[in-house]
Amino acid sequence: MTAIQTFVPAAAELTRPKRTATRARIFSATLLGLFLLFQALPIYWIVRMSLMTPNNVLTRPDFLPVEPTLDNYRTIFTDPSWYMSYVHQISYVALNTVISLAVALPAAYAFSRYRFLGDKHVFFWLFSNRMAPPAVFLLPFFQLYSAVGLFDTPWAVALAHTLFVVPLAVWILEGFMSGIPREIDETALVDGFSLPRFFVTVFMPMIASGIGVTAFFCFMFSWIELLLARTLTSVDARPIVVTMTRTASTSGMDWGLLAAAGVLTILPGIAVIWFVRNYIAKGFALGRV
Amino acid sequence: MHKLEDNRAWFLVIPVFVLVAFNAVVPLMTVVNYSVQDIFGPGQRAFVGVEWFREMLRDPTVQSAFLRQILFSLLVLAMQIPLGVGVALLLPRSGWKSSLAIILVAIPLLVPFNVVGTIWQVYARPEIGLFGRLINATGIDYNYTASPLAAWVTLLLMDAWHWAPLVILLAFAGLCSIPEPYYQAARIDGASRAAVFRFIELPKLRGVLTIAVLLRFMDSFMIYTEPFVVTGGGPGSSTTFLSIRLVNMAVGQFDLGPAAAFSLMYFLVILLFSYVFYTIMKLNNAR
Repeated sequence: MTAIQTFVPAAAELTRPKRTATRARIFSATLLGLFLLFQALPIYWIVRMSLMTPNNVLTRPDFLPVEPTLDNYRTIFTDPSWYMSYVHQISYVALNTVISLAVALPAAYAFSRYRFLGDKHVFFWLFSNRMAPPAVFLLPFFQLYSAVGLFDTPWAVALAHTLFVVPLAVWILEGFMSGIPREIDETALVDGFSLPRFFVTVFMPMIASGIGVTAFFCFMFSWIELLLARTLTSVDARPIVVTMTRTASTSGMDWGLLAAAGVLTILPGIAVIWFVRNYIAKGFALGRV
Repeated sequence: MHKLEDNRAWFLVIPVFVLVAFNAVVPLMTVVNYSVQDIFGPGQRAFVGVEWFREMLRDPTVQSAFLRQILFSLLVLAMQIPLGVGVALLLPRSGWKSSLAIILVAIPLLVPFNVVGTIWQVYARPEIGLFGRLINATGIDYNYTASPLAAWVTLLLMDAWHWAPLVILLAFAGLCSIPEPYYQAARIDGASRAAVFRFIELPKLRGVLTIAVLLRFMDSFMIYTEPFVVTGGGPGSSTTFLSIRLVNMAVGQFDLGPAAAFSLMYFLVILLFSYVFYTIMKLNNAR
């Protein structure tokens, strides 16, 4: 009976015209291609805009760039208020990622390994902050960071962004850590490792892909945020996303320049994706499959 | 996993606790303060109790922004979850093609909100944008600055462009974690493609899809910058979502008291939703 059951589909496989399988493959490749086109065309459009003068952007619908020029990029790389804002943004995003990982790693370890007074409540409270709409906190944040003297520094934005980045980081890391059996910790501690040393030299390498993916999420949510970054900076720490909005309001819309700045904000993202591309298959399940 | 009972674990949580408390509790108390006071100027204020809350609950612009927000978030989920799973199924699972496709899919995730807005603002214009011109070329009259429907379509497509990749990556990771023997067993049983999806892939995706639904719901419920850049909340107020209404009130009209009351209710609604999701997730984990 079992022999027949295993035989039947195999036979069906053999007799089914090979064309059907090929056609299905072509069909799914076409669908995927269409989706990738949907993803790629807007990117192409901003690259195209960045190579044109503002006047051409607003009047010419051509598919290819009209009278292509690198002037927009030249402006950005020669004007300190532009290129320094790029540096500001990278510095607060990097700060944010480092701070978030530094505080989230021990906390995630605690949540994954121990039960302690109020653990579930603290976890939910952390998590609820991921849902706090930035719009709610604009004014209080401005007052708070002005009061402690951090307004208009990269630290203000980096710390403010931890509000919604850290809860996610703790949550993701907790998932990965819970996938590692506790026997490993116990063995290491019996072998004479101190907890910090065990954590850094043994445990962290074991969840490396988890840390990579967490860093990716920290970077991503901090890099793309505008509202808090705009509220907490004015001149000295102004990031490029904010410089873009200021330019738009003072001298009319210089779409070519805006597009060039936009293209430059996409490049670090591509670099980051390049680094995590091999973790995606494993890491993005966030230890929760 | 069995966990040890040890209150010293609190020492590991203190850094996070202090950091988040600094960022959350102090500003939240400021908001609470504002919400019960009428502020005329520096040092001039009067206690008004729940007056602002009552006013906000009756405010028709707040009510309609709330309904709009719910509709938008539900549409976002209805579009992006099936799209994400569908594309994840199409992605090659290994080799350079897989890497290339993943990089292409993931790029929009790291484009800042206002840049996304800038791109679609021009890309969807009927005269000079590729997308707007293509739609108009098919004979459909499409202009997102004039028609609320077109504005909604533009925002939903833009949001799918930006965030469906997150769902795709999560679902893809979930699919990659299914061991090959599951598929072999299905092949031996002569299962159809649909049955493989229904009985093997979908159950295995439940964990990651819960995360995807949660993240997509939260972020779409807080959406501000993208619609603000593309439509500015218009035409009329057809795309004025909760955050846009709130920022207009707090920064534009400087109505701090009502805006604070609005903020608190906004936050409470989100807290309620997050509690529901959190409970569902815990049930999922327990199973």
